[in-house]
Amino acid sequence: MTAISDREKLSYIAAQAADARLNLELETEGMTLNLGPQHPATHGTLRIIAKLDGEQVISAEPVMGYMHRGYEKLAEVRTYPQVTALVNRIDWVGSFANEVPFILAAEKLMEVEAPPRAQWIRTTLFEMSRVANISLFLGDMALQLGATTPAFFAFRDREHVLNQIEAVTGGRFHPNFDRIGGLKDDLPAGWITETKRAMRKMRQFCEEMEQLVLGNEIFAARSRGIGVIPADIGLSYGLSGANIRSSGVDWDSRRDNPCGLVHSELDWKVWTHPDGDSFARFWVRLQEVRESTKMIDQLLDGLPSGPIMAKVPRIIKVPAGEAYVETENPLGVMGYYVISKGDLVPYRVKIRSASFSNISITPWLLQGVYVPDIITILASLYFILGDIDR
Amino acid sequence: MALVPGLIKGLGVTGGTLLRTVFPDGWKKPIPNPVKGAETVQYPHEKEAPPPRARGVIALHEENCTACMLCARECPDWCIYIEGHKEKAPPRRAGGKPRQVNALDRFDIDYALCMYCGICVDVCPFEALFWSPEYEFSEPRIADLLHDKSRLAEWMETVPEFEPYEAGSEAKIKTVPPT
Amino acid sequence: MIDATLLFGELAYWQQTSLRVVGGLTAVLLIAGTLVYVHLFKLVSFMQSRLGPMEAGPFGSLQLLAEVGKFLQKEDIFPRKADKFVFAAAPFVVLMSTFLLVVVVPGGPDAWFIDSDIGVYLAMAVSSISVIGILMAGWGSASKYSLLGGLRATGQLIAYELPLILAVVGVVIQAGTMNMQLIVYAQADGAIFGWGGIGNPYILTQGVGFLLFMIAMQAELTQTPFDMPIAESELVTGYMTEYSGMRFLLFFIGEFATAGVFSAIAAVLFLGGWYIPGIDPDDNIMNVLGPIVMLTKIVGLTFLVFWFRFTFPRFREDQLQKLAWKVLIPLALANIMVTGILKVAF
Repeated sequence: MTAISDREKLSYIAAQAADARLNLELETEGMTLNLGPQHPATHGTLRIIAKLDGEQVISAEPVMGYMHRGYEKLAEVRTYPQVTALVNRIDWVGSFANEVPFILAAEKLMEVEAPPRAQWIRTTLFEMSRVANISLFLGDMALQLGATTPAFFAFRDREHVLNQIEAVTGGRFHPNFDRIGGLKDDLPAGWITETKRAMRKMRQFCEEMEQLVLGNEIFAARSRGIGVIPADIGLSYGLSGANIRSSGVDWDSRRDNPCGLVHSELDWKVWTHPDGDSFARFWVRLQEVRESTKMIDQLLDGLPSGPIMAKVPRIIKVPAGEAYVETENPLGVMGYYVISKGDLVPYRVKIRSASFSNISITPWLLQGVYVPDIITILASLYFILGDIDR
Repeated sequence: MALVPGLIKGLGVTGGTLLRTVFPDGWKKPIPNPVKGAETVQYPHEKEAPPPRARGVIALHEENCTACMLCARECPDWCIYIEGHKEKAPPRRAGGKPRQVNALDRFDIDYALCMYCGICVDVCPFEALFWSPEYEFSEPRIADLLHDKSRLAEWMETVPEFEPYEAGSEAKIKTVPPT
Repeated sequence: MIDATLLFGELAYWQQTSLRVVGGLTAVLLIAGTLVYVHLFKLVSFMQSRLGPMEAGPFGSLQLLAEVGKFLQKEDIFPRKADKFVFAAAPFVVLMSTFLLVVVVPGGPDAWFIDSDIGVYLAMAVSSISVIGILMAGWGSASKYSLLGGLRATGQLIAYELPLILAVVGVVIQAGTMNMQLIVYAQADGAIFGWGGIGNPYILTQGVGFLLFMIAMQAELTQTPFDMPIAESELVTGYMTEYSGMRFLLFFIGEFATAGVFSAIAAVLFLGGWYIPGIDPDDNIMNVLGPIVMLTKIVGLTFLVFWFRFTFPRFREDQLQKLAWKVLIPLALANIMVTGILKVAF
């Protein structure tokens, strides 16, 4: 038996105590989770660097630009009709809506106005692209939360709208149908009845989504109270569209700032929701799809007759000047700031795309949420990567 | 809590779709026929007809082309290659002067670059380019997507007649030249 | 699933054993294949207004073979920092629990693998082995997604093991035995208020238990309302993220075979197992009809699993735990209490 001196005893006790304290105060190392650029939930190439503590997010930072295609620069070496074909590809799910603000800005500079029939058809297609876009969101958000079938339903029923867009423009995804001073072509015979049928299908789809997703208790548990955006913070981050309307801000460019489109002549309602959470964003978008289908019905009923093209020179030279036009696109407010020096090509085009601003709130919004909620919040903010990166 | 829980309603929606797909004729004729009930089309065996305006592939009506290069210039990604030369054609009337016409040597469209925007068809002043809804022209090699004028002329046969317009339209219906 | 003792006369022990091994393999793979084709390929496709695979064989019936062929051809990729042995062994551990589970399921009066007096107990014990495999996969992959998936799976499977076992306890109390075969007999010989026309499937008396068992089973199988460990949209595919080729196939088979085997256990415990009302359970014909009846019940029960899976969104991890500990377990305990009281009273 070895004798232990008091000194040794004391140091042993001290070491034990230190160990115990260490165990008590043991801080686990955080983990950095890199969501994307290739990740099933970021539908595209968004990357989120999330610093985690367990499953809780300490800080999250979106990294964008993996799909930057330089449209603003490309537009400087393309003539105005060519730019229309390019900007189609910004928000590729609701592509006709991308052309409209650009064409309106060019028309503003040239001081031409499209004939009424063209304006009505333009508004119809504008709203149809909204239906095609947001119906995809309705399925996609459910998919992100784990329900597979709603996504299939969304693709199935969206097809009817895309078919109608294709029947009139010739392109399912990239219509390139809008022209300065009007439209490329008139509606083919029988299109109006077919479109009304498609709109009925879409309303049925909304009903289905209401039952399948919105009314689902699990969906409510996953999305209610998740990612709450207070109105003032949302506004300060430049949120627009359904994202800000679901925070209770009653602001819709279609109603408040109509230019070139005929929304003011229709009977419709701007939907808002006071909660500002993911559930509210889903709810508002669902109502918007339904409202849009009703708007399209009204537009088709009230379609005026007449030409579809104003008198515009064959070779388009836009007089020098600056114009900014923004419209309420499916994803939010989209604006084009066009500067012309009187050439065939624009001198500078600045594109204000909705998703870029919408996604900029994520570092604020993702603080302190759990990993599954990152997905809920990203899905409910609804961005299209092309619209972020341009 | 709603009267019927949303979970059950959701099951009803998917279950209802299942039944509608399997029994498309309803309860009067309960014979399983999912091929009819499904919304999908079994592609290589069964094809959906694209609408006549569908921008599938660009067809060239060679006789109308004057090698004016407008399409090649307006193309946003410059995928049309045209070469031509001037030549004397026999006079229209006997005893007249021989005319000078532009003959087309080369008219290639690189479909690997083409973004199907339709600007070339729009700007063509002589109605030499048409959209055909034909879409099955993929190639295993990307270089083979460069199609020359003989191939483009073959697609002229698939160009459908222009549709009539919806009521209230003042647009003129265009015609497709006979091949 | 057909054991040979009665059909082929007396066999040596090694012959019986090899027959059982072959039977077990067939049982697992046949069930997994049937479920994948009938549910995943067909019924779920119909739910989504599409047809599913149609090209390979009539109505795509050979698609599964094509898929297996594809998986076998694929490269077996090991991540560079993976713990090689753990990574390689994990799918086998998961599959092992499935194969061990199937041995307790009886398919007829003589068609059983082992006639164990602690069958239910064994099943519940063995089903937890897959947790180890999943944790091994999550850890061995050296991927953050896999690790998160593995940890989630562990937490979830441990939480739902409890309601699963507690739901079964009611049946055990009522039948008075843990032997799966005797539980079937107890149901076949049972009577509903003195009427023995269809025996007494325990779903009638243990409805709550059945409900709990189905919910807990869904969670044990990590199917959708409880598929946090896989969660495609968050964790890519959780613990399976880094797997490819044959090892992924093993996970895949394990997933569906376990669904089948759990449904088989549910069918035995709650739906009366292999017996057919009106036919003497000891009749030799039941050795042939029994497995067919079992397969039908398995397909029916797994349809529920896949119906839920493709309809519902998923819970969050904390909600899932809350459901297990605050709702299911108290309910299961109450169910046991009521069953116990009634058992003593009558």
